[in-house]
Amino acid sequence: MKTIVTDVLVIGGGLAGLRTAIGARRRGHAVIVLSLVPPKRSHSAAAQGGMQASLANVTKGIGDNEDVHFEDTVRGSDWGCDQVVARMFVNTSPKAVRELAAWGTPWSRIQRGEREAVINSQKVTIAERDEAHGLIAQRDFGGTKKWRTCYVSDGTGHAMLYTTGDQAIRHGVEVRERVEALALIHDGERCYGAVARNLVTGELIACLARATTIATGGAGRLYRVTTNAVICEGIGHALALETGVAALGNMEAVQFHPTGIFPAGILVTEGCRGDGGLLRDVDGRRFMPDYEPEKKELASRDVVSRRMEEHIRRGKGVPTRFGPHLWLDITLLGRGHIEHNLREVKEICESFLGIDPVEQWIPVRPAQHYTMGGVRTRHTGESPWLKGLFAAGEAACWDLHGFNRLGGNSVAETVVAGMIVGEFISDFCDAPENNVDLPMSLARAFVAREESKLKALLARPGGENAFRLLAETQETMTRFVGIFREADGLEEGVTHLQRLLQRSRDIGVTGKSWGNNPELVAAYRVQRMVKLAITIAYGAHQRTESRGAHFREDFPRRNDREWLKRTLAFWPDEAATLPHLRHEPLDVAKMELPPGWRGYGMKNHVDHPDTAARQSEVEAIRARMKGRDRFDIQEALMPCRDKLPASLTGRNERLGEPL
Amino acid sequence: MHAPAPVPAPVLASRRRTLAIDVLRYDPQAPASQPALQRYLLEEVDGMTLFIALNEIRERQDPTLRFDFVCRAGICGSCAMVVNGRPRLACRTLTRDLPDRVVLAPLPFFDLIGDLSVNTGKWMRGMSERLETWIHEREREVDITRIEERMEPELAAAIYELDRCVECGCCVAACGTARMREDFVGAVGMGKIARFRLDPRDTRDDGDYYELIGDDNGVFGCMSLLACHDVCPKSLPLETWIAFLRRRMVLQAADPFPSGG
Repeated sequence: MKTIVTDVLVIGGGLAGLRTAIGARRRGHAVIVLSLVPPKRSHSAAAQGGMQASLANVTKGIGDNEDVHFEDTVRGSDWGCDQVVARMFVNTSPKAVRELAAWGTPWSRIQRGEREAVINSQKVTIAERDEAHGLIAQRDFGGTKKWRTCYVSDGTGHAMLYTTGDQAIRHGVEVRERVEALALIHDGERCYGAVARNLVTGELIACLARATTIATGGAGRLYRVTTNAVICEGIGHALALETGVAALGNMEAVQFHPTGIFPAGILVTEGCRGDGGLLRDVDGRRFMPDYEPEKKELASRDVVSRRMEEHIRRGKGVPTRFGPHLWLDITLLGRGHIEHNLREVKEICESFLGIDPVEQWIPVRPAQHYTMGGVRTRHTGESPWLKGLFAAGEAACWDLHGFNRLGGNSVAETVVAGMIVGEFISDFCDAPENNVDLPMSLARAFVAREESKLKALLARPGGENAFRLLAETQETMTRFVGIFREADGLEEGVTHLQRLLQRSRDIGVTGKSWGNNPELVAAYRVQRMVKLAITIAYGAHQRTESRGAHFREDFPRRNDREWLKRTLAFWPDEAATLPHLRHEPLDVAKMELPPGWRGYGMKNHVDHPDTAARQSEVEAIRARMKGRDRFDIQEALMPCRDKLPASLTGRNERLGEPL
Repeated sequence: MHAPAPVPAPVLASRRRTLAIDVLRYDPQAPASQPALQRYLLEEVDGMTLFIALNEIRERQDPTLRFDFVCRAGICGSCAMVVNGRPRLACRTLTRDLPDRVVLAPLPFFDLIGDLSVNTGKWMRGMSERLETWIHEREREVDITRIEERMEPELAAAIYELDRCVECGCCVAACGTARMREDFVGAVGMGKIARFRLDPRDTRDDGDYYELIGDDNGVFGCMSLLACHDVCPKSLPLETWIAFLRRRMVLQAADPFPSGG
């Protein structure tokens, strides 16, 4: 048995994993990253649109700051997020953009003077300030009050990932490419690393570490149509779930992006709508103002996706043999804008649809896009149940996004979480009370267990087909656990998935190679993916309300009285076909922004009994502190100054807000 | 008002062919394996890309077939392979643009993992380490609470143009020099140098770059065959950068202290 010992093991080589690794490396710890693919090929590269950070450089961003970003994020989450984490995030995001700028990310910059833009389908002239010339530019994005989304043309994720990937190389972060984690090594109280498998040779490796981080991204491949890369299969989530000890949070919160190209599901960025693109129906009619007169195409993603599906249900979709779709019209933005600022979109349209979006409308339909749920952690990124297990980025639920993530907050979260969690992991490793003798015999037992599972898959004659099981899982999730959900369908979905789980225990692999064997990989992954699918479906079934992206047709109202709670899913019994769910209440009395209407979407939520009292308390504090600076008021409303690592507590300078 | 887009996307147009897809198969780890073409017959569907085609073959016909896809949207650079003699991104290749017979081979030059899967990642990391493809900044620690340093918008856009490379390996696979010199940095490597050279945040000068690429494994190894330029899936003007760098490096060699020092 091959054994590797390190201080910090990071599972996943995307932006969150790399930035976490750099943080730990800079604090002097040995770090090993396990990555399914070369890190620069991670799904982080696909973030086209941008990263939210309240720099307030552009004219349309004047007045923006952490407070505004915070409110947008909390409203976007439909009050499902952890507001302390949201505060930590909005305070750090400007630092993350500026760190990347110093590292070489070619952020698009402001040109002083007047320029034409399209806002709400009207051509307008915007004048940028002289003093802002050359600073990082921001664009408009759904669900935000100010223009806050920093971008690199339309290759933001790519540029950020290459910058960060090169910094990881510079800092000597060791990356094991084409290596996959199969199980976490733990004793029920502490995590000691992971069993890993070399995808080329099949070799099993015991990776022992003082701290282990899951940064494996999302689980989009549980659905038939998703914008996610093929490696986004939720395996990191499943690793935590399979410990039986660590919990996943809010797995039923799944975001659908309004504009996946039809039928392939490849994403065209929200920047299309942010820059002035319109949604049209079969008659060529712009329909979003009928549903959302205020925000129109730029309401939050859950709202726009639902309105689109609603419109299709009313027979307004464009019929094709693959089903109905709607149109995204960016022709009004003009060739210059599209070829410069939306070039990836143009390339995608040309390569995958054979159309020119300068001249033609783009066929779109909502596609699975983001996994709000994840490995439940504290604000430090550590699991409350398994010491030494951390998570960061989309795979984590420290709970920045609640039930709906704002556009531009995901790629921001990857680096922000990496900066924060990388520090907390380093603190953890530095603290003498966390010293540990790494248990070789336990590692050996875990490796033996994984080895016997793999051998069983290879030895079984006949048996279930892994690819077919995956396709059935995706069909089931798409049909019953998609944008619209209701009790009967969810029940049927759960039952069907339970049958699939049982069948997945009888998978047989036809190709018997121990090494580079794609069928074997599909086999052990689908066993985990079905568990995750059940966790999502069952969580959605139990949650008898609508919140953010989770929409129940039979319970269309947000119900704070019953459901201002986070779903926690545990899977303690390996032989079971359902997780244990617990619902952890969110404390209204501690919220800086008490629950209310989001400013878009439905208005008829049911209040939590504590909301009114907290609302008047907040108002009283604000009245009492009138005239004090916003930082003091914020601290009085919801203390969180001591939450961030010391190196990240500084205020952020802005043109209108000198330090 | 703008006129409605009248025509549905052409991918949805109907057309039926049976494709003969010949894949060069070889498992370097299996002692008995011999490189050989294996034929798969596949009914073409509307909007079929090689991503869809190869996955359908693996799921329905041959679960042992090895290939790499990640984003399947032309963004990540994982799926470069030789398609009818030409290196390209498989995910972005629509079968309707190919003849009835398609021959697929792994990218040459890179370590073969198996069938169509090659280890570009290892080579690209080695290249990055060798050329130090990161900003060598003036100060070690920048104060990230402060307003960022300014940059002209045109310059930022020009740097992004050079930053768009996805490290797919097509340029190296198509390169004549790379066939002869295994340490050649390739167009990808020289593109990186051009990128950091343009970036005022990087303090390296032409003397530093000369040390990295001023030899036959760098700009002077390039024979200007232009294949890198032709096959780049991001349409990067690779040969233009190489020619530019070569002029700078020649000047550097002729007069290493142009300021008279």
